Amino acid sequence: MSGFVRRLAGIPWRQIAGEAISGGLLVAQGLCAVHVVSEHVLGVVLPRGPSMLPALNMAGDVLLSDKVSPRYGRVGPGDVVLLVSPEDPRKVVIKRVLGMEGDAVTYPVDAGNTDASKTVVVPQGHIWVQGDNIYASKDSRQFGPVPYGLVKGKMSYRIWPPTRIGSIDSN
Amino acid sequence: MGTRNRLWSIAKMTVTGGVMGVTISDRYVAVVAIKGHSMHPTMTATDSALRGDVVLAEKGCLDQYKFSRGDVVLFKCPSNHKEVFVKRLIGLPGEWIQLPASSEIIKVPQGHCWVEGDNAARSWDSRSFGPIPLGLINGRVTHIIWPPSKIGRLERKWPEDRIPPF
Repeated sequence: MSGFVRRLAGIPWRQIAGEAISGGLLVAQGLCAVHVVSEHVLGVVLPRGPSMLPALNMAGDVLLSDKVSPRYGRVGPGDVVLLVSPEDPRKVVIKRVLGMEGDAVTYPVDAGNTDASKTVVVPQGHIWVQGDNIYASKDSRQFGPVPYGLVKGKMSYRIWPPTRIGSIDSN
Repeated sequence: MGTRNRLWSIAKMTVTGGVMGVTISDRYVAVVAIKGHSMHPTMTATDSALRGDVVLAEKGCLDQYKFSRGDVVLFKCPSNHKEVFVKRLIGLPGEWIQLPASSEIIKVPQGHCWVEGDNAARSWDSRSFGPIPLGLINGRVTHIIWPPSKIGRLERKWPEDRIPPF
């Protein structure tokens, strides 16, 4: 028994604790760096769903979202943006900006069923977003203009699949 | 050589501290100075020397967007994304709320909330711009940490003159 105690006392506890603390700190620093880069510089996004066909595939694309431009207001009509859904804050959606504040936007009311269209003026601080695939997209046509504050990133590059690597054009 | 090493280590510490600070203020808790009169008397910004109350805003609520009526929240102004407002949460998604000035009753849409300042006379809030998307919310105010006379928890409160929604 005393041998066991002596052996316990012989273990360099202090050194082990010190190493554990510095190791833990290093891991924490790494996680913090990942957070800062993905939230404030460049994030990786895997979009799914039909709403942005044909610019983005239904699934399998890997995109980079630029988190710097929206902060400085460098988002304009034609840009593809990542935004928090105004209907469910836990979801993010990808749509194309069609109008900035003060712009008049004409949109099809019920694409596929009628030819009727409507024109609205986007209010101050808001943007008008629509999916490229107007037949299968839930966007400003249903929920109206969205506050610019919901924009989380500008989709700038596609890094997968390899055949379509490059910037996402804003047309 | 010695000064260069010291400069290098100072730079490294600054960057590490900055990165960790940003992460903590994004994900856990942030310190925010309040300006404006809309939340009087809960928070005031009258002293010209000190810009006003300083509060702690908790960010854990942003994981699930679960809030309670009466919470004080920070959110981006719906008409100007660079401004951050602080108001009290009055209506949650799906609730019917009564507009204070009139007898009109409206339903808060899904994913939205209704916010109002405590100082109704000097507050620009949902009464003017309507319900706001929950996604604009930035944090929930939990404590006042400045001035010293007001240090303490910020209680969840319901305005006395309002009927709680069902």
